[in-house]
Amino acid sequence: MSTAVKMTADEINADQRPASGAWAAEARADAANRLASMGLPTRRDEYWKWTRPDSLISATPSEAEVFDNQGEPLVFHEIDRLKLVFVDGVFDADASDALEGEGLEIERLSTAAEKDIHWAKDLYGVLETAGQTPVKRPLAAYNSAQATDGVVVRVTGQVSRPVSLIYRHADKASDAILHHVIRVEEGARLTLLENGAAAARFNQVTEVDIAKGAQFHHVRAQGRDHDRQAVTHLFTRVDAEAVFKSFTMTVNGKLTRNECVIEIVGDEAVAHVAGAALGDGADSDFHHDDTVFITHDAVACESRQVFKKVLKNGAKGVFQGKILVKPDAQKTDGYQKSQSLLLDDDASFQAKPELEIYADDVICSHGSTTGAIDEEALFYLRSRGVPTPIATDLLVLAFLADAIEEIEDEDISAEITGRLDAWLSRRRG
Amino acid sequence: MLKINNLHVKLEEEDKQILKGVDLEVPAGKVHAIMGPNGSGKSTLSYVLSGRDGYEVTKGDASLDGEELLDMEPEERAAAGLFLAFQYPVEIPGVGNMTFLRTAVNAQRKARGEEEMSAADFLKFIRAKAKDLKIDADMLKRPVNVGFSGGEKKRNEILQMAMLEPKMCILDETDSGLDVDAMKLVSEGVNALRDSGRSFLVITHYQRLLDHIKPDVVHIMANGRIVKSGGPELALEVEHNGYADILAEIDA
Repeated sequence: MSTAVKMTADEINADQRPASGAWAAEARADAANRLASMGLPTRRDEYWKWTRPDSLISATPSEAEVFDNQGEPLVFHEIDRLKLVFVDGVFDADASDALEGEGLEIERLSTAAEKDIHWAKDLYGVLETAGQTPVKRPLAAYNSAQATDGVVVRVTGQVSRPVSLIYRHADKASDAILHHVIRVEEGARLTLLENGAAAARFNQVTEVDIAKGAQFHHVRAQGRDHDRQAVTHLFTRVDAEAVFKSFTMTVNGKLTRNECVIEIVGDEAVAHVAGAALGDGADSDFHHDDTVFITHDAVACESRQVFKKVLKNGAKGVFQGKILVKPDAQKTDGYQKSQSLLLDDDASFQAKPELEIYADDVICSHGSTTGAIDEEALFYLRSRGVPTPIATDLLVLAFLADAIEEIEDEDISAEITGRLDAWLSRRRG
Repeated sequence: MLKINNLHVKLEEEDKQILKGVDLEVPAGKVHAIMGPNGSGKSTLSYVLSGRDGYEVTKGDASLDGEELLDMEPEERAAAGLFLAFQYPVEIPGVGNMTFLRTAVNAQRKARGEEEMSAADFLKFIRAKAKDLKIDADMLKRPVNVGFSGGEKKRNEILQMAMLEPKMCILDETDSGLDVDAMKLVSEGVNALRDSGRSFLVITHYQRLLDHIKPDVVHIMANGRIVKSGGPELALEVEHNGYADILAEIDA
């Protein structure tokens, strides 16, 4: 296995795992065992049919150029937020705000892991383990075994400003493994922002436990790092009357696989996950994969998946989305939409929408479409004097709009739209 | 202003000749109407002039103030001052009406080498124009034509015309789908734009629109050609006797 990341329990021996107190050592050893029993993904795995795992599991990552944004402010810069900065996957205390805030308990994962007893014990690797059934996700187990840094956040009230995780990439060969654990207590509310090029290769797991009546809003921007190779897993458990909403914008990136695994365990909960991706294969390879698994295990819950991809110049898009409705999850309202807009003949999109329903009183629907620019609309815009490239970009933004609408906060949503608009206009020259 | 000379047009996809030698000249400041039965080629003429795909010009030419139109892209024709009010305005989900109009106005200004309009000036400008056409703030915010009634769509076309201030306006069956009140409102919008530097080509089936938008010249189109031209009284003749009499007279 010299060509791949260390994967067996023997290989990930206690010496190589990060120093940790009792609870973390145990969680990491368990994760190493999980990984050993399932093995790394291969192209023969059904779940990796359309996305090659090779570059994600090679012993060392391929180098990635550090993107120079030429001093241009990064996304969310105008949003008042608590900033936590990670450079090549290592927390940078000097660049970050103090780890405190009203209604918040924040610690570095490494700090929490050194303690012998910690509340995160009940979540770290636990939601990930739950998400391994029925589909195995070895790269998430690998993360739980090996993650060296991350944040552990407990939200006990109404947090006044978003917590913002900012990733910076400085080393061409960095291999970052981050693991975040978040617990939103009953009735509390948190907005989590994420942005930035994290590393040459990035493996991220976020586990989010949302208690009764709590709300978790997540907006993530993946962009500007053209050589990105990233695999992210977001595991969440949503309790009664709670709200989970996650939106991801993705532009550029050689390989990005975002998995979102949602388990709805309490009645009348809401879980939405959305994504808007813009890929231009002319920049470098572009391969973007959204893989979602939503389990309904409670009554009268709503889930919604809205994924939009705009692809050109050989860019590839993948969507694998499943809704599983357990026998007692009556009155489930499950909705899944995955659409791609192919701007030329070289781009491709593959989708596997799945519904597996064991309850009889549910409404579930899914729609997956692949299309080109609407010629009628394009002519209408041109007849009003709008040149073809601008008209096309207006229609591209229009196509992405219903994914972006999933962001509740208007300032953040406007920021995302502005960034997409800027990306498009840079390409128009 | 607009000069069409012996224009022959066939469909690109099939070997079907639609226009068979159209000659037409609309001088500056004038309103010309084209009437004619279904299938006579009226709408094709408007599409060919605005540059829609799917048609092939086999002979003849068309110019706007001496500029050859048919070689230009649709957006270039618009910047040159041509405007087509669509018979069926297109719905564009996700694009706000206001964004659409500001993009269009500024794109045309840019193409003409003028400065772009500031957001504040644009807002003032559009509010004044929208008020005249009884277009409320909500209609400006909504996606282009999405969920608009037939009348709202046509008013939105006239609003675009008012904002873009073209030299040559082609109205393709603007009266279709309008009730009497809406027709009056739309006509008032058009009449407000009439001036000595602007010309109109009003395409319609029925005379009633021409009660509101009084033409200087009426042309009858049949079988891909202008077969008869005259004053406003020609429209009344069509209204009373239908097209059959006129066509029979020409055949004879």
